[in-house]
This record gives sequence, structure tokens and C-alpha cells, in this order.
Amino acid sequence: MGSYLYRLYRGFQGEILAVPGRVIALIFVTLLFLLPHIIPHPLVLKIFSLAALFAIFAASWDFLSGFTGQLNLGHALFFGVSAYSAALLNVHLGVPPWATIPIGAIAGVIAGLLVGIPALRLRGFYLALVTLAFPIILIGVIFVFPDITGGELGLFGVDRLSGSRVLDYYIILLVATASILVMWKLTDGRSKIVRTGVILHAIREDEITARASGINTVRYKLMVFSISGFFAGVAGGLYAHYIRIAGPSILELFFSFQPIIWTIFGGIVTIYGAVAGVFILYPLVELVRLHPVGEIYRIVLMVLILIVVLLFMPQGITRWVRDHIEEICPRCKLINIRTRRYCRACRAPLRAEK
Amino acid sequence: MVEAILINGLVLGGMYAVLAVGFALVFGVAKILNMAHTAFYMVGAYLILIMSIMLGFPSLPSIVLAIAIMGITGRVIYKLFLDRVKEHPVAVMIISVGVAILFQEVLLIGFGGHFRGIDPFIHGFVEIGGIRAAYQQVIAIVTSLLALVAIRLLLSKTQVGNAIRAVAEDREIANVMGIDVSRICVITMGISAVLAAVAGAVVAPVFMVHPLMWLHPLTIVLAAVVLGGLGSIKGSILGAFILGFAETAVIFLVPMGAFLRGAVGLSVMVVVLLLRPEGLFGVVFEEERL
Repeated sequence: MGSYLYRLYRGFQGEILAVPGRVIALIFVTLLFLLPHIIPHPLVLKIFSLAALFAIFAASWDFLSGFTGQLNLGHALFFGVSAYSAALLNVHLGVPPWATIPIGAIAGVIAGLLVGIPALRLRGFYLALVTLAFPIILIGVIFVFPDITGGELGLFGVDRLSGSRVLDYYIILLVATASILVMWKLTDGRSKIVRTGVILHAIREDEITARASGINTVRYKLMVFSISGFFAGVAGGLYAHYIRIAGPSILELFFSFQPIIWTIFGGIVTIYGAVAGVFILYPLVELVRLHPVGEIYRIVLMVLILIVVLLFMPQGITRWVRDHIEEICPRCKLINIRTRRYCRACRAPLRAEK
Repeated sequence: MVEAILINGLVLGGMYAVLAVGFALVFGVAKILNMAHTAFYMVGAYLILIMSIMLGFPSLPSIVLAIAIMGITGRVIYKLFLDRVKEHPVAVMIISVGVAILFQEVLLIGFGGHFRGIDPFIHGFVEIGGIRAAYQQVIAIVTSLLALVAIRLLLSKTQVGNAIRAVAEDREIANVMGIDVSRICVITMGISAVLAAVAGAVVAPVFMVHPLMWLHPLTIVLAAVVLGGLGSIKGSILGAFILGFAETAVIFLVPMGAFLRGAVGLSVMVVVLLLRPEGLFGVVFEEERL
């Protein structure tokens, strides 16, 4: 028993404590779980609940567009379809939240498959612009049937997720952590167990070569679209039950751009970059909003930060930070802290001696 | 009804065509998806509003001035923001979205969110072959057609036009032939912003001006460019007119059609692309086919 615990501790030390990026992530997640005890303010709780939920949304965009290269400019479709189906079921049929959110996620999968079919024929910017069209088409449909969908005002009176704000926060945070870990594992190119990561990288880099190597790209693309739709759908369902309204604003062009803005800001093709982008930009903008002057200038502020960061770190903020604190061993590909001169495992010099 | 659809379709289609040509030019030459393109159009319209109504300039000089300012703004924005990160196409796109939102917010703060009208330059109606059209609509149609002809002449007859087409065709070869590619990109961006401002000037008196007016044309312009085939100027003009007429027809013929005006145009695009993935006039490269 003792030796087992010791092995576990050594594994933890080698896999997490020795990698600065993972230490930061661990501290961050721990702080998030302790947040209701550190700052028990309802507004802070609300901002971070929504941030956790948008983190799933942004990560699902990164999973689809970053890793597989299927540039999706209409990601709000998955979110919106799920939010609306959850809200419709809940308001009109009285289905409770624990059932509507999975059903919403399945609606997201179906939407993902529907968008995935054109993606089999189209690529690059053509695909990007076709995906952009879908949520806007859906808005038109929603406006035409205001009796069922609530029209421009949206569908309100959706049930709460649970009784209390703190419980809501923990539910969303747990779902978000689980979803992001699953997406991170699915896209991990070095994983020995799940091979999808490598295949997705291959499809993005060179689809024809991937096909020639015997990868069924059609199947993988559809799979990516449905998984991405699923997680965006989970976020959408939670959102509908958290803010208790499903309105057409979640299908607008700006809402589709938001996950892209967060992900590019944080760093594309990383999953954690998307999460970091949301947790930096979203609370910042919402906190600035509390001040009357900030209320007016918050979007200007967000856009200026975005533009400045992208001009100096076009790969995103997490990539930039990671490149400055971590070094990959040239021999054994293990991640080391930047302050080391020799690899912690194989003792190879990390940088060429001057 | 038919004549109303015809006139409004021509006005709308002409405006979309002018916008789509500018967008397609920048995409073809600089390989940038410039999401701020219709924001230039909005700012152009606002500049005219500021100069003609608030400062009391006569309309023609204020239009010319607005177009000139937008031409410079387009070049400055390209130099300042887009040129530096051009190795990262998605970052460029997001920065252009950011620029567009920045314009929108500045206008919201400066002018508030309400709709504003600009007086028509000439009041009154004209009858052509039994069709009644406001002078302003006739001016809009004629100006957009003139702008399209002008850009056509510029691209085919002048040396700059030849250089632009050469860069769009093949950057490396154009570079080897002694064309300053980055200068051509800046010039193209300027031309594109000028076209956007022309579209803004044309429609400002016909439609209302408000800080969210860039969103709807953006989707339609993107759809028109894809419908015609990315990089094909002829195709994007045709796509713009198809979508303009589709939109007008839906507004006039279908009950609650105004809600569906975006949806119908975009559905047309999706259907066409499913049948012809390279658009109406797009070029198919062998390696790009599945």
C-alpha cells in the first residue's frame, strides 16, 4: 500500500509538478473549485459559471476547427440548437433539466452531422462560409414561428439547473472539467491509448496523405463534427438552464465569432488555450462592466486587448507563455522547465552550448 | 409589385456587387478574409452623415471626401494590423473581426444605437417605361454600375491593374517579375475600401444608417463571393445580384419575409455549393477535389 502511494506520488511529480504549464493548470482548477469559499459573491459566481460554460463551447470549437482544420464560422449553431431544444422541451413539455441537457447535446450532435455533410465536399474558406450561413438561416426560422419559439424576445421561464447558485456553479464546473479533459485526451497526439489525436493532426496537415495512409477521413470528419456538436450542445443546454432564457442572440454572427476570438486569443490547437482565453477575456469584460464608464467601453477594451495580443503573439497567449517557461528535450521529447540546462530524464543538453 | 422587386433588387444587388468585388479583390490578392469590409461601408455612410448633416457640407464634396478618407483608412488598417500577422490567416481574420467590432462600438458610443436617415441628394421620381423609381434609387443603380465598370477598366487596362491580377494569379512569379507584392496588397486594400465607401455613399440615402448595419451585408457579401467562386470577380458580381434579387423577392412576396431575408440568400448559397462545391465561376484544382 505504502509503495503504491509512493509510486502514485512519483508519477504525479513527474507528470505534473515537473511541467510548469501543468502546475499552472492545476493551481487554476483548484482555485476554481474553491472559488465559492474564497469570494462568495453571487455576481462573481455567475461570471465564473458562465465562463466555465463558455470554456466548453470554445474548447469544442478548437477541437473541430483547430485540430481538424475544418474552419467553422457558425459554431453558435450547435450551441443554439441545443439551448433551444432544451428550452422548448422544458417550457412546453415540462421535461426536467437532467433530461433536457442530454437531449440538447444529442440535438447538437445531429446539427453537427448535418453541417458535417457539406464539409465532406467543401473545404477551406468555402466550408467556413457555408457553416457561417446555418445559424443565420435558423434565426430566420425562429422569427417566423414566434408562438413556439418566442420569436425575437426568446423563450423564457426555463427551469433552474438546481436550487442554489453555488450548486449550479459546481455542476457547471464539474461538467466543464470533465468535458475539457475528454476533449484534451481525444486530441492528445502523444497518447498511447487514444489514437484519434494523431489522426486528427494528420487530417489537418494533409488530408490526401491521410487518406493514402488508410485513414477513413470521411468517418473521422463526421465523428469530429458530432463530438464537437455534442460538447457545444452540452454548453448550450447548461446555458439555457442557467440564465433561464433561450433567445435569438445566441445564434447571431457575433456569438459565432466569440469562441473563435477566445480560442485565437488563448492559442489555437491546444484546447487549454481556448479555456485560458475564455477565463481571461470573459471575466475581464464582465468585471469592467460593473463600472458605469466601463459599461460603455468594455467591448472597445476587449477588442483592443485582442488586437494587441494577436499582433505581438499571433499564436495566442498560452503558446507564448509556454514557449517562455517550457523547453522540450530534443532527444526524448519530454517537457522541461526553462531554467534547466539538461533534460530531467535523459540528461541531454536542452540548448546548444554557446 | 414586379417593378418594385426589379428596382429594389437592382439597388440591393448593385450595392452587394460593389461590396463583393472589393472583398473578392482583397481575398484574391492579399489572401485575407477581411471581415471588416462591410464595416468600411458603414463608416463611409457615417462619414457622409457627419459631413452632410452635422457639418452642413454640400452632398457631393462630402461624398468625395468620405470616399477619400476611407481609401486612406483601408490602407492604414492593412499596414497597422493585418500586414504584420499575415503568416497566420486565422489571426488575420480575427483581427479584422476585431477592427469591425471596434468601428461598431465607436459609432455606438458616438452616435447611439438609433437609426438615422440621410436626406436624398435629389428628391422626386422618374418614370422609365411605366416604372416609377425615386431619383435616389436611379442614382444608386447607376453609380454601382459605374463603379463596377470602373473597377473592370482599372483591372484590365492600367499597369496597376495588371500587377494586381498578376499577384492574384501567382504571388511568387509576380515577385520574381519585379512586382512589389506588399505594395500591391496595400493598394488593393485601398481600392477595396474605396469601393466599400462608394457602396456606403450609394445606399446611405436609400436605407437607414445605424451601427449594426455592417452585419447583414457581411453575411450576404460572403455568400455572394462564395456563390460566385472565391477569387472570381465576375462570379461575385453575379452572386451578389442573385442574392440581392432573392432577398427583395422574399421581402415582397412572402409573408413575414423580412425575417427570412438573410436565411433565403444563405440557403441559395448552401444549395449551390452542395451542387457545385467550387461556386459558379470558381476554378477547380485537381488536388482540391476529394
